[in-house]
Order: sequence, then C-alpha cells, then structure tokens
Amino acid sequence: MSFIPVLIGTVAFAVLAPILGCLLAGLDRIISARMQGRVGPPLLQPYYDVRKLIEKDDVTVSGVDGIYMTAALVFTAFAGGIFFSGGNLLMSAFVITMAALLFIMAAFSSRSPYAEVGASRETLQVMSYEPMVLLMAVCFYMAAGSFMVGDVFQRNVPVIVYTVPAFVGFLFILTIKLRKSPFDISTSHHAHQEIVRGTTTEMSGKTLAKTEVMHWCETVLFLGWTGMFFLWSNPGSIVIAVIAALAAWFLEIFIDNNFARVKWQAMLKWAWVVALVAGGINIVVLMGVVF
Amino acid sequence: MHLIVFLILFPLVAAGLLLLLRSDIARNAVVCVSAAVIAVVSIVLSVQYVGTGWQGFALSSVVIDFVGIAISVALAAVVISFGIKYGNKIAIALAAIQVVGSLVFEFGFAHGLHVETGLYIDSLSIIMALIIGVIGSGICVYALGYMADFQKHEPEGTKDRRPTFFALMFLFLSAMYAIVFSNNMVWVFTGWEVTTVCSFLLIGFTRTEEAIANAFRQIIMNILGGIAFLVALYVAAINLHTLSFVEFIAAGVRAPHLASIAVCALAFAGLTKSAQMPFHTWLLGAMVAPTPTSALLHSSTMVKAGVFLLVKLSPMLLVCPPAQEMTILVGGITFMLCSFMAISQTNAKRVLAYSTIANLGLIVSCAAVGTPEAIWAAILLVIFHAAAKSLLFLCVGTAEHHIGSRDIEDMDLLFDRMPFLARLMMLGIMCMFIAPFGMLIAKWATLVSFVDMHQFILVLLLAFGSAATFMFWAKWLGKLSGIAGSPENVEITVHATEWVAMYVMAAIACFACILLPLVSAALVEPYIGMTYGSVVPGITDENLWISSILAAFVIIILFAGLGASKKKRVGVYLAGVSVDSDARVYRNSLSGETEATSRNMYLDSIFGEGKIRRPGEIICSAIIVVALIASGFVPPVLL
Repeated sequence: MSFIPVLIGTVAFAVLAPILGCLLAGLDRIISARMQGRVGPPLLQPYYDVRKLIEKDDVTVSGVDGIYMTAALVFTAFAGGIFFSGGNLLMSAFVITMAALLFIMAAFSSRSPYAEVGASRETLQVMSYEPMVLLMAVCFYMAAGSFMVGDVFQRNVPVIVYTVPAFVGFLFILTIKLRKSPFDISTSHHAHQEIVRGTTTEMSGKTLAKTEVMHWCETVLFLGWTGMFFLWSNPGSIVIAVIAALAAWFLEIFIDNNFARVKWQAMLKWAWVVALVAGGINIVVLMGVVF
Repeated sequence: MHLIVFLILFPLVAAGLLLLLRSDIARNAVVCVSAAVIAVVSIVLSVQYVGTGWQGFALSSVVIDFVGIAISVALAAVVISFGIKYGNKIAIALAAIQVVGSLVFEFGFAHGLHVETGLYIDSLSIIMALIIGVIGSGICVYALGYMADFQKHEPEGTKDRRPTFFALMFLFLSAMYAIVFSNNMVWVFTGWEVTTVCSFLLIGFTRTEEAIANAFRQIIMNILGGIAFLVALYVAAINLHTLSFVEFIAAGVRAPHLASIAVCALAFAGLTKSAQMPFHTWLLGAMVAPTPTSALLHSSTMVKAGVFLLVKLSPMLLVCPPAQEMTILVGGITFMLCSFMAISQTNAKRVLAYSTIANLGLIVSCAAVGTPEAIWAAILLVIFHAAAKSLLFLCVGTAEHHIGSRDIEDMDLLFDRMPFLARLMMLGIMCMFIAPFGMLIAKWATLVSFVDMHQFILVLLLAFGSAATFMFWAKWLGKLSGIAGSPENVEITVHATEWVAMYVMAAIACFACILLPLVSAALVEPYIGMTYGSVVPGITDENLWISSILAAFVIIILFAGLGASKKKRVGVYLAGVSVDSDARVYRNSLSGETEATSRNMYLDSIFGEGKIRRPGEIICSAIIVVALIASGFVPPVLL
C-alpha cells in the first residue's frame, strides 16, 4: 500500500467529517436539551453558529493563533484520512495528538491567564488519556495481528471479542478526549461550569470557527475508533459498528449531562488507574492466550 | 583506514595546539578549522564506507600498547591528584584499584593475546562518527562564542582557563573516535577511561564547591563502570582467550556460560556511562559545567558511548538472561521515572537532563530487547536524540546568556525577545516528543518491538512514560509560544559562531526528520542486515513517508507561517480594564493596578523528585545487584 489512499482519505475526511460532525453536534444539543427538559435548538444550530463566526471581523490577540488552528485542522484531517483509509491506527493516534498540541499552543500564544490555565489543563488531559490510547492500540494490534485498521475486514471475528477490558478503558478516556463533563476541565461547553472560558478565551471569529470544526472532526474520528472494534469480514458488521459507535456517543452525552466537572487530580488518577487495570489486564491476557 | 587513524589523532593535535594558544583570534581560527576538518573527514569516511558490512583493518603494535598503558597511568594520576587536593578518599581508592588492575592485566594477561585487527568500521560506527564529527565539532564551534561571554561574566582577574577547556573538548572527540573504531578491546577501554576523566575535568571546570562535588560523583560512578569493564576484559582474556571485540562477541554468543560475567559487567559499565538509575545523578550534576559541556556530554559523546556499547553487545545480551533482564528493566524504569521527574522541574537544563536520561533508558532497553526492530529503533533514537538535544542545549545556553536565566518560567515572551532562537528551540522540543518527528517514530518502533517480544512491563512503562513526556515538553512549548507585541529584541548580540552551530544542529534535525526513510535505508538498515541477517525496519516505508511529509509541513509552519499578522490586534481580556495588555496589568476593584501572572503546572506533589527518586534508585540498584550475582552463579543453560 502506498500513501495515495491516505491522501484521498484525508481529502474525503476533510469534506465529509465536518458535515457529519456538525449534524452530530446538533443532535447532541437536542438530546442534551431533552435530558434537561428543554426543547433545544434546531438541528443545524452548530452550522449557523460557525457560519456566523466566519462572517465576523478578524481580530486577534497574538496574531498567530489562526495559523496554529489551521495547522491543527490539517493534522486532524490527516488523522482521519489515515484511519478511514484503513491505515495505521497508531499513526492516526499520534497525528491527532499533534493536532491537540497545536490547539494547546494556539491557546498559550495569547498569553491570556485564562487561556493559559485552560491550556495547562488541556496538556493534563492529554497526559491523562495518552496511556490508555496507546494500550488500546496495543490491544488492537495483538488481537488483529496488525495496526492496519483495514485488516479487520479479513478477520473472522470482531476485535472486541479479545479486547473488552481495553474497549471499556477506551470508553472511559473517550470522555476526556471529547472534552465532555466530568472531564471538560480545559474548556467547557456548559456555561455554568466556567467563569471565563479556558483554552478558547481569546479565540474569536474564524479561529474559533476552526476550533469548532476541529471538534466535529475529532468526534467523527473517535467514534470511528469505537466502531472499529466491531468490524469483521462480514460487510453487515459495518451496520453493527455504526450502531455501537452511536450507542457509545449517546452514553457520552448521558454522562456529560449527569456529572459535574471533577478536579484534575481526580481525572489524572482515574484515567491512569483505568489504563493500568483495563489495559494491563487485557495485554496480559492477550500475551498469554492468543499467541 | 588512514582516515580513521586521522580522525583519532587529528583532534589530539588540535587539543595540543589549543592548550598552547592564548589569543582569542588564534583559538577561534584553530577551533573553526579543526571542527570543519573533522566534520568533512567524518562525512567523507561515511560516504566511502556507507552500506558496506564489517571491515577490519590490521593494526597492532607494541608501541600503541605502551602508549595505552601510559594513558591509563596518567589518567589515574590525574584523578588521584585531584582526590588528594580535595580530600576525596573513595575516588583515590577506586582510581588506584583501576590502575593496578589494568597494569596487572596488561603485563599478566593481555601479553600473550595478540589482536591483529586493531581497527574496524561498520554501519554503526559510521553513524557514530557522523554524530561525533558533525554534532560534536559543531558544539566546539558554538563554545567559542559561549565561552567568550562566559569569560566576561567571570570576576575580574580570574585566570582565563579557556585553553584547557577547548583542549579537553577536542580530546573528548578523539577518545570517542577511539571507542567507536577500535576492535582491540583494550583500546576501547582506554578511550572509555579518557572520556570519563575528560568529563570529570569539564564538570569540575568552574572549580566551585558544587562543581567539584558533582565532578567527584561523576568520577566515582564512572570508575565503578570502568572497573566493571576491566573485569570483562579479564574474563574475555581468561575464558575466551581473545581481546578482539568482534571475536569476543562471536565467542560469547557461541559459549554464553563462559561470557556471562563479562557480558553482565560490560552491561553494567554501559549503564553507568549512560546514566541509568541509580547512576543518573552524575548526569544531573554535570549541568553545573558550562553549557557546551552539557551539550557534548548529552548529545554526541560520553552517554552515547554507553549506549553504543550496549547496542554492540545486543547479540550477547540475548543469550545471557541476567544481563538482558537487568538492562531491560533498569532502562524501562529509568525511562518512566525520569520522564515523571522532568514534569516537576522548572530549570530548563534539568528538564533536558532528565529527558536525556529517560531517552537513554529507552535506547538501553531497546538494545537489550535485541530484535532487529528494537535495534532499528535504538539507533534512530540515538541519531535523533543527538541532533535535537544538542540543538536544545545550545538554545538554552544562548538564551541564558541573553535573558539571564535558565528557568523555563523566565522564558515567557521568548518568541518576542529572541524570535529566531525561540523557533529553533521549539523545533528542538518538537523533534524530541511529537509525531511526525523522528524521535516519536522511533518510539513507535520501540513499542511494536516490545509488544512483539511480549515485554509486558516495558509496554506499560513506555505508555505511562510517554504520556509524561508529552506533559513536560508541551508546557515548555506553550511558554515559548506566548506573544505580546513588541518587546525589545535581545537576539542581535548573539555570536555568529553560536548561530552557525545552532543552524547546523537545526538543519541536521530537520533533514533527519524529513529524509527519515533515506536515513533508515542508507545508515541504519545495513547494520541491522549485517548483524541479524535480515532487514526489518520497525515501521513500514509508507508510514515513514507520511511522517516525513507532515514533518516538513510543521517545519514550514514554524519558520514561515508564524510571522507578523495583518489581522487587527486587540488587547488580552483580564476581567478588568486593561492598563497594559502586553504586561497583563489591569485596574482592579480598588482602582489600583494588578498584574495577572500565571505559571505552568509542575505537579510537584505527584511527580516531585522527593517522591520518586529514592524508590527508583532502590529498585534499580536491587535489580542490578541481583543480576550481577545471578550472572556469576547461574549458568545460562536455561535457554
């Protein structure tokens, strides 16, 4: 395989993921509203918001946050392209981490004390989920015999059969990766959790629009990672994977609406304990049983 | 072969010359010319031999043996005289043991063993020669400007000891060449000891109390390693009847029970030199020395001699379980714990030191895992670490001279104050820890090889250690990226030689990342093929190319994208009326002025040295002691 499919996948992801992500974000807001006993905005509200942001005047504090966010978007697209073209799972995970780093640097560049606090917390979030992401990828590799996502279609059973603990651990850190409550400590979508916005405090107009679009793309990618566990050689498994991903996503919304934000100490502790226990047990079993 | 001999001898000539020269101009000329010659010859040598397998060169002479003995005695004399001067009995005792041991060895055991093939070259020594020749001599050039500033900061009337300093730097390079090109193990040992004593003298260069204390800590730990090396020489001579490195390895693989103690002893020597726990404190202490010394010790010499030896030993480690387990565990634990401790440091040089120790830990455990993929990863880690770490040390050194601090918190606004330097520093940091840059690609290969070998503990240590790595680099990067407007640019007074050296390091780092697939194919894979018979790069080519494209993209953004913006600039939001947004001063509720300040997170309560260091040292010491005992008693017939 050469890297042409990756490039095609990247372009396709860059076009399709924002559309899908935007719809998911709209649904998220409606479902959340229903959970809180409200009606909620129209489905396309996230799109209207972003369109309005794009039309706004270009003002900036640091002058470079827009470039950082553009680069972050490009990396997100690559991560998605690598994954959905059936490429290397670890590569996808590493590239999306680079996008997270660029987002952090964009926040730091403003020198706003609020953004700096948010950015510091975002680095903590990355540190919290990174071990589980790596161990999840390792479990996938051991179960599927390859890091190549496309190879799952050549197997007789879905990867989840061998990786239940790692999958559960991954669901746990997915909340951190999607920046949902109780782990939305770097910047929250719930206004009542913040005095001043964290990472995005000084972002406005097109730059803020980019962070929103990046967030949509991330959601699609991570749900893709979730679905990957349920795929095997049967083409019908794609339906199962989509249902599983949507179920996981619904679970995240449910958690988001029912938990108050925790302190970073708790996040770090629990994310690492979960990684150690779930990832550790899974790897021990796979090392002992499968091979 | 002439080029190899030239590379070993020429730095010596330069060192001798530098010792005599007192004038700045003459010194500048000699250093620049010698550095250029060393770099060019190293490159020519590499081009000449690239891709060829192991090639030995007949060289042996009684004269060289006697010179070696004279060097050993001289080194011991240096250590002992310093020991007497500063009243350090342990150092005196260890140096005495070592010199007596090596004299007895030379006249009692080594005499009958003739090594026909004194020198050799293979792909690994080519890589090392490039690192020493280009990065090492680049650091010497950098030192010119740095030491000029350093001398200015010294109190009036202090003796200018720069001749000694530069002589030691070049002596270091010569000793490194001797280590990587000698097939005669006694010569390797001599080079090994020269590097130990050179770094002893360089660390103690400022002669402050702290510097002397740290220098003695270094010499004690490294002479322990040296004595272990000597033990290995005895075993090699008595059990295996050879002092030729290549024959030693071959014989050891054939008859592991005879070589077990030697392998363990050499692995121990490698661990001390590459500053693994519990010996990591010598490298932390080494940062009291002028920054070029740190750059040299961390990137291209000293510690790299340790990992070089371990990578060479790798085939033997595979057949000697006690040594293998010791090296794997000590390396892995060191990687994780030192990454943790780096989070709690505000001192930039200390962060760099911890990161070096951690990465060496990773290289060490790769060498011990010993699969072709692991060795591939280890060698790439050596290359990328050398380039990125030297760049970072040089940047921190220059920043320190211009902003008056090496504290990361004081590097706020460096992007404004020293725009180009900040970008170089950011490049160096990114090269160290994030995809798509080389270090991370090598770490990825490391992970794969650990999983394939079912090294469960190593996988966990790597996963958690890498997460910590992200934390301490990202927050430093964040500190650098802040932009406030237009504070005074203090970059214009940086010496030209410093710029040249930093450009060279940055260029190497960039090209190594962008040309990663070629570096792998031309330099690393031949060694793997030669040693293991099969070439299996840890990462497939298409992934290497993807990362090379993405790396190029980031580098372009960093140097071309982050320029002045045409957008409308506004002040920062401070929850009050801003008085001066650049300084983050606002009017508070009592109509007074308040400056908003923020610091990075250092998480001292979780990752502080006080919490982690002691347990780590105890665990690693216990592992080493058990392994050393086991290598003596358990014949490795378990295989």
